[in-house]
Amino acid sequence: MTGAFLDATVRMATPLVLAAAGELVVERAGIINIGLEGILIGGAFGSLVGATQGGVGGGVIGAVVGGVLVSVLFLSFVVFGGTDQIVTGTAVTMFALGATGALYRTLYGSAGAALTIPTLAAVPIPVLSGIPGVGAALFAQPVITYVCYALVPALWWWLYRTHAGLALRSIGESPAAAVAAGISIRRVRALAVVVQGVLGGLAGGTLVLAQAGTFAEGMSAGRGFIAIAIVVLGRWQPFGVALAAVVFGGASALQFAMQALGLGIPYQVVLAIPYVLTLCALAGVAGRIRAPAALGKSEAE
Amino acid sequence: MLAALARRPAPILIAGLLIALGLVLAAAGVDPWSAGAVLWRGAFGSWYALSATLIRATPLILTGLAVAVAFSAGVFNIGAEGQLLVGATAATWVALRLGPHTGFLTIPTVLLAGAAAGAGWAGIAAWLRLRFEVLEVISTLMLNFVAGFLVSYLVRGPLQEPLRIYPQSSSIPRGAQLPALVPGARLHIGFAIAVAACVAAWWVLRATAAGFRLRATGASPTAAWSAGLIPVGRTMATAFLVSGALAGLAGAIEVTGVTYALYEDLSPGYGFTAIAVALLAGLNPIAVVGSGILFGALEAGSGALQRDAGVPAVVVSVVEATLILVLVALNRVRLPSSGSGGGGSPGAVRASEAG
Repeated sequence: MTGAFLDATVRMATPLVLAAAGELVVERAGIINIGLEGILIGGAFGSLVGATQGGVGGGVIGAVVGGVLVSVLFLSFVVFGGTDQIVTGTAVTMFALGATGALYRTLYGSAGAALTIPTLAAVPIPVLSGIPGVGAALFAQPVITYVCYALVPALWWWLYRTHAGLALRSIGESPAAAVAAGISIRRVRALAVVVQGVLGGLAGGTLVLAQAGTFAEGMSAGRGFIAIAIVVLGRWQPFGVALAAVVFGGASALQFAMQALGLGIPYQVVLAIPYVLTLCALAGVAGRIRAPAALGKSEAE
Repeated sequence: MLAALARRPAPILIAGLLIALGLVLAAAGVDPWSAGAVLWRGAFGSWYALSATLIRATPLILTGLAVAVAFSAGVFNIGAEGQLLVGATAATWVALRLGPHTGFLTIPTVLLAGAAAGAGWAGIAAWLRLRFEVLEVISTLMLNFVAGFLVSYLVRGPLQEPLRIYPQSSSIPRGAQLPALVPGARLHIGFAIAVAACVAAWWVLRATAAGFRLRATGASPTAAWSAGLIPVGRTMATAFLVSGALAGLAGAIEVTGVTYALYEDLSPGYGFTAIAVALLAGLNPIAVVGSGILFGALEAGSGALQRDAGVPAVVVSVVEATLILVLVALNRVRLPSSGSGGGGSPGAVRASEAG
């Protein structure tokens, strides 16, 4: 029971870590991207198209391409057009959800024709996966989960130990100082959003390739919005964000555990838990966290 | 290319966007001209179509007004969808509780219940914002999901129809259903209520002290606070509650005027389209009526598009998103205190051109 719960937690947390890591990067550069939900669905649809053409590898490439395409839509307006981040992000999400829905119905027939595509199988790591208790849950997962294990410390190192990371953070904290130091805000922000497109696209691809094994309209189901909350909850720190993602993965996994236990609790209550938890957590951390000072401000230059 | 984009962003962005739209439409097998003709016939081609358009426009006008009021005060309420669902739920519950004993107060009571519930739902986000500094963008999004699960639970549980076959409530009694606007037509008085709400909101924003406080808070919370006469927190909370009440009213009117019962897919995303409605109107309440009717026509026409031309109806949300992006690129939309945009006239002035 606990083994299955832990396994489900890690599985549910994987796309959340990827998506939240991408959002963390852009938020440290002073951008809040509600279009992340659209990036996820773009990645999910891209991975479907890729996987039907070129197997799992094609699926991964398709996920990245789909995510980056959506992120480019966002960044051309916000970074180069100086448009409002919230409104643009909302529109980008609407665009991506509508476009993927329409293309899916046109290319793959009407809804209901469920496609089966090659999926990312679990790859148990010898020895480690044999650790009693947590071994199977942590080390018998698809490769994309292991990518997350490496991503989080790498992101921390990049943000706090490299000049590029410093440049990114300076834009989020004090754009004027960044400009004075000769940093191009536009270039760094544009690159940050592209990185978010890659990570968010992979997150969407994970939903298709490692979880559902197929695509459904709107299958991102608000995970992009949750990832934004995770970044706040994780205090804009890579390890904090990873921990927050695991908490959310656990809440989603609880839904299966509770159904298995048959406690008679309506399933909608269980499904609502992660969302309510986000609200409680955001209220709970109030006053003890500080967002990047320039977050949400387009007028940086 | 990038340098040119940075110098003159709007024309390049819009051209690129239209190419993207064209690619999506082409890939989805849409011929824009014939699709446009089908859409037009489906929206305005007959009295029946026109009535369908106005019925569809009613919740869009009210939720669009809800968004416009909130945005004017600098409150990013993107939870109109959830507030609408909760309003529909409360209206259904009250209508069913009142049962067959109806009188002339029945409909006002039911509609007020919906508005109050919507205000209460928005109140959660307002409280989180003012007490804990939780960004309302995130809290209202989360509350949308919670409202969806709430309806999903209720129509399979306490509010399910007695035979327990379908996931929906019983039909509300005849006396709680909105009368037709013109005898014999499908269009109900909810449309008139929506238009009246817009006129009232326009008057309040334009001609009253409360309206001035709201606009001042939206234009610059710091300046409004420094002026010393404006309680910024209370003004934002008021705008949030009024916004929620309008969205809740939209839900109540949808239940009492169109569906007569509560079920899960009651709203095809009215609360999100509402953002486009409000932006196209430049946040001007009067212009919201026009832009609500335009989007109502798009959505009513999209049904015809799917039926007669085989075009997936979701294409319409791509068109709506394109419209929002074109508007923000042209800087027609000046959002108060959102930290964006350059100089220029305030939103209300531009609205007269945009609407």
